[in-house]
Amino acid sequence: MFAFAIRRLIQAAGVMLVVALISFLMFRFVGDPVNQLVGVDTTPEQRAQLREDLGLNDPVYVQFARFVGKAARFDFGISYQIKQPVAQLIASRLPATLELSFVSAIFALLVGLPMGVYTGLYRDTLLSRLFLAISLVGISLPTFLIGILLIFIFSVNLGWLPSFGRGETVSIGGFWTTGLLTRSGLVSLILPAITLGLFQMTLIMRLVRGEMLEVLRTDYIKFARARGLSRRAINFGHALKNTLVPVITITGLQIGSIIAFSIITETVFQWPGMGLLFLQAVQNVDIPIMAAYLLLIAFLFTLINFIVDLLYVAVDPRIRLGGTAG
Amino acid sequence: MTPTLSVRNLRVEIPTRHGALTAIDDLSFDIAPGEVLGVVGESGAGKSITGSAIIGLLDPPGRVAGGEILLGSQRIDNLSPAAMRGIRGNRIGMIFQDPLTSLNPLYRIGDQLTETILTHERLSPKAAADKAERLLIEVGIPAAGARLSSYPHQFSGGMRQRVVIALALAADPELIIADEPTTALDVSVQAQIIALLKRLCRDRGTSVMLITHDMGVIAETADRVCVLYAGRLAEIGAVRNVVKHPQHPYTRGLMAAIPSLIGDPDEKLEQIPGSMPRLGAIPDGCAFNPRCTFRFDRCPAERPGIYETSASRASCFLLDPTGKPPPAETAARAVAAGIEVRAVPAGASL
Repeated sequence: MFAFAIRRLIQAAGVMLVVALISFLMFRFVGDPVNQLVGVDTTPEQRAQLREDLGLNDPVYVQFARFVGKAARFDFGISYQIKQPVAQLIASRLPATLELSFVSAIFALLVGLPMGVYTGLYRDTLLSRLFLAISLVGISLPTFLIGILLIFIFSVNLGWLPSFGRGETVSIGGFWTTGLLTRSGLVSLILPAITLGLFQMTLIMRLVRGEMLEVLRTDYIKFARARGLSRRAINFGHALKNTLVPVITITGLQIGSIIAFSIITETVFQWPGMGLLFLQAVQNVDIPIMAAYLLLIAFLFTLINFIVDLLYVAVDPRIRLGGTAG
Repeated sequence: MTPTLSVRNLRVEIPTRHGALTAIDDLSFDIAPGEVLGVVGESGAGKSITGSAIIGLLDPPGRVAGGEILLGSQRIDNLSPAAMRGIRGNRIGMIFQDPLTSLNPLYRIGDQLTETILTHERLSPKAAADKAERLLIEVGIPAAGARLSSYPHQFSGGMRQRVVIALALAADPELIIADEPTTALDVSVQAQIIALLKRLCRDRGTSVMLITHDMGVIAETADRVCVLYAGRLAEIGAVRNVVKHPQHPYTRGLMAAIPSLIGDPDEKLEQIPGSMPRLGAIPDGCAFNPRCTFRFDRCPAERPGIYETSASRASCFLLDPTGKPPPAETAARAVAAGIEVRAVPAGASL
């Protein structure tokens, strides 16, 4: 188990290095950073001085080593546009995105999983057909349209929920601002969370349904029935547990994409998260922010994948014991 | 004595878009306490469907459309799902063909055993764990106590089938339905598993319905044998009689098709021409008549009943003492083949 975790960690470090290389290359190929920093009236001497100061004259591998070394200490340099440390900018936006992402992931799981189990068990009931119809909507409508539709219905027409922003936030320990502790914060979270989570919810539902249908046909489920076990023990103990490995995989990957692709939802709802920051950075060719964002998202993905790998082992003993299967 | 299991005129239908197919048609048999009944037939003859119908696990849309199934003196084919769950695993145990897929890969052997025991018996978890260990010892698993915490993938195929047998016996059922319990196993392991099953059931007085297409297994294990053809009973009787003196032309063909170590190795094996009809295309009259070498004009016209002979009971007009007899030549050939022809043609002396 421990060796397994170590092996996975080394793999994760390798992935992070490759991503670091890619985001480092952005500095070199997306325009000259000196041009981004200085005005038109800067003399060539000043430019050369700045180039020397930034270490741009060093060999590429030295620059890369310096970049990785700084990134490991969360030092991503100064934003070209906003002239503040990138790490600070991201840290101030991170809580908003993470809260939104995790609430929508939890929404997707808590709603998608039971719906998937239900539609898998009772294939032909009216409710199952209704769930499947809803899931078709969720899977085929683009996120921004869902967001706009929800705003139109619940904010504009019914006036129940706010259409933009995070509401009131509370600061915890000076580095984390949360909207989860205030009423307006919670209310503001509902529409964006549903918008962001709807696609994942339908994905999880369809996945669980497909897996359930598959597993319910297996011999060990038939044998469990022949042993006279209760429906609950069969459906939730024996069947559901066997569907979990693919569900964990997809859910894990989806959490990563929820965070990475919250950009659209954040734009629609003017959510003050990293997505908005990134979008502005792209418009302004603010490479330090883009590079840091890329690294951060890659880091989250590898972290989630690492957790997912450990969860497999917890669920499926055949993975735990690796090659000893007979 | 009341039989352990009594199947009366069982009819199983599978509704399809083109009307209902009859998978099992008017099948009756009994299994006495402690008896091993072998059920043989080709693939698709309805062996497994009969087993599934008895334990109430027919794959939808298949359903019992007629007849009754009695366990002891209790009718079980019309029980509620909840009541049937109380019978399954508790009074009827089932063993499936493939031990590699019968066990849930994510649960320890011990957990699967205690789960089954606790479903059917009021025991403390400790007592259930003890019983689970005793069961593993009984089915011959070495170091049973330690193996309780092993997962199915850590066992070989034969060992897994032993675990499956332990699971089927967990609540001391009156009847075990073993659906091809050795088909997926190595030949060398097959004999061990069959011997184990036979010993355990004899010791406990458990009746067994042994579904297989292996006549060797039947001859070794069963007390009586029931031969199915196209979902209908062809012949049922004591194993010795059915093997040595088959009365139904189909059974005769089956027995003649088994290679033997005794006799001329160059002699060609007999074979039954044609193949078993699909469920949608069962011929009128006797289902076997198009393939039968003793066919006469009555066979495609009427359904034969079940007729008693000195060796067994079989469903063939040759054995019918009443009704129109076969031509003298057919009757003579049948007699020469060892069939107790009852329908004596007028003017013939046999």
